[in-house]
Amino acid sequence: MKWLLVAIIAVATTVSDVLQAAAMKSHGEIRDFRPGALGRLFALLVRNRLILASVAVMAVSFFAFIALLSIADLSFAVPATAASYVLETVLAKYLLREPVTLERWAGASLVACGVALLSL
Amino acid sequence: MTEAPPRSHHARLRLKTHIFTVLVVMTSVSGNLSLSFGMRQFGSLVSRSPMAYVRAVFDPWVALGIALLLVWLAAQMALLSWADLSYVLPVTSIGYVLSALAGKLFMHERTSVWRWAGIVLIVAGVMLVARTAPHRSGAQS
Repeated sequence: MKWLLVAIIAVATTVSDVLQAAAMKSHGEIRDFRPGALGRLFALLVRNRLILASVAVMAVSFFAFIALLSIADLSFAVPATAASYVLETVLAKYLLREPVTLERWAGASLVACGVALLSL
Repeated sequence: MTEAPPRSHHARLRLKTHIFTVLVVMTSVSGNLSLSFGMRQFGSLVSRSPMAYVRAVFDPWVALGIALLLVWLAAQMALLSWADLSYVLPVTSIGYVLSALAGKLFMHERTSVWRWAGIVLIVAGVMLVARTAPHRSGAQS
């Protein structure tokens, strides 16, 4: 049961992050942090399909996460959810067309190994 | 007004990136801690009715956790509007280290040698990725 929840969380988190990154990338850099501008930005984003899909998938991940927390320690749950590190980096490169340099691959791999060790 | 000179633009972007990275990390760590604290008192959700999930959401600690995670969501979305996902993810993973330490400090979870080794690897990975430029292009924008 623990690992089923972990799998759901990992897949849902990956999908949600990639959708969110795609949406924000196409929006472009946020430069204006005045309340009025942030309000307009919010109105824009809640009508964005990618954001809506991302939030829906994130909700799945969230409820799986609190279910996991109800049966496991925080220091098992949090690292286990990060099983998607390398997958997300691959998707960032091929789907989002990000320049994933050697340093980023190495860094993401180290983080993934470290996170896996954390759940032991 | 014309485009600011590249140098100040980069400095500004770097500062913004640092501020939002700290915000993302702090809200995710405190949010998860609060959720964990609430769910621990609530008891197992697995194999209970959907209503149990609804009741869980109204637990004060779980509600506080959700509020913090909403701030986390907003901060991460802002960060992703100018920084790459392949930068943001590894760099904000320093939160796992803080979560592990928070679990040890506040929830009295044990920290094994393996966990310490994991913490060292994550810190090394974060330092590597943090050296790269956050934005996809030094050139464009």
